[in-house]
Amino acid sequence: MTCIIIDDEMMARAILEQYITSLTKIKVVEAFPNAITALKYLNDHEVDVIFLDIHMPDFDGFDFIKTIKNPPKIILVTSDKEYASDAFEFDAIIDYLVKPITEERFKKAVSKLNHRSRVKETPQLIKKEVATSDQTNDFYVNIGNRLIKIDFSQIMLIKAQGDYVEIKTDTNSYTVHTTLKKIETKLPKKMFLKLHRSYIINTRRIIDIENNSVLIGREIIPVSRTYKIELLNRLNLL
Amino acid sequence: MEEPNIEYILKLARGEESIKLKLIKVLQYELPLEMEAYYENIKLNQWQQAAFHVHKIKHKIAILGLEETYSMAEKYENQLSEYRTDLQSDFENSLKLMLNFVNTL
Repeated sequence: MTCIIIDDEMMARAILEQYITSLTKIKVVEAFPNAITALKYLNDHEVDVIFLDIHMPDFDGFDFIKTIKNPPKIILVTSDKEYASDAFEFDAIIDYLVKPITEERFKKAVSKLNHRSRVKETPQLIKKEVATSDQTNDFYVNIGNRLIKIDFSQIMLIKAQGDYVEIKTDTNSYTVHTTLKKIETKLPKKMFLKLHRSYIINTRRIIDIENNSVLIGREIIPVSRTYKIELLNRLNLL
Repeated sequence: MEEPNIEYILKLARGEESIKLKLIKVLQYELPLEMEAYYENIKLNQWQQAAFHVHKIKHKIAILGLEETYSMAEKYENQLSEYRTDLQSDFENSLKLMLNFVNTL
């Protein structure tokens, strides 16, 4: 059995490598400080297991899982206990280890590898989300004691602000206690696109694109390198 | 005030001196880099990015067995996400304590 480690923290990679080599027969073939390099590696190589950190700059662990088409078994490794419930929505994820990893917990996670078959399909959650959000035209947000309906077509952009997101529509701006990641799962993928770790835009509202920014209404939205390719793929270029 | 220790590293190394030294070396290399990134973001009032680095440093805090400091850092990370810095001096004092300890290893 082979594995790769993806974690931007050197100490975390060293700890995992130590556990894997001293306690298992799994061979660590590579360790990557970011998910993009790992994606390139996986284009040419197959591995059985990925030990994956969630909290990484620019392109996080969940972005990574959504990007790979045929994911091997994944063990998430992170300091964020709060993501545990999200993690198990993905079929490819075998277990979820909280840093600093203990030997006992590591052994338990590895033992689960033998009981799960490799996932051949895109994670079910993503399929469900696409089906749900593509069939509806709106969602409701909780503001104070009210549930306010917002039509997707009215949304121009959504901006992350700490534990909140700001939803900007043609006429209003709503601040909602949620994360960009959660709200992204409720939006139709054909209409909305994440351009930056802090922004999701309605692609139908783009006025123009210049270098690494997009103009929507009067707002200039930065485009991360990670998302630029996806943006360009969406355009109906002459 | 609680004191840092390397019990976690010793347990992980399982008596192998070379592994212990390797892990300490990584700690000595990476902690100052993470601290520098954190201070840089604080200096520029980039609270979200500073919170990101606090999040990273939390792992080192836990590795050094600083449980109370970990809880404080967790609160501070949340504060920064809300553009507040009430726990800044507590957190930065802990950083100094950790760095001093790591440099003596």
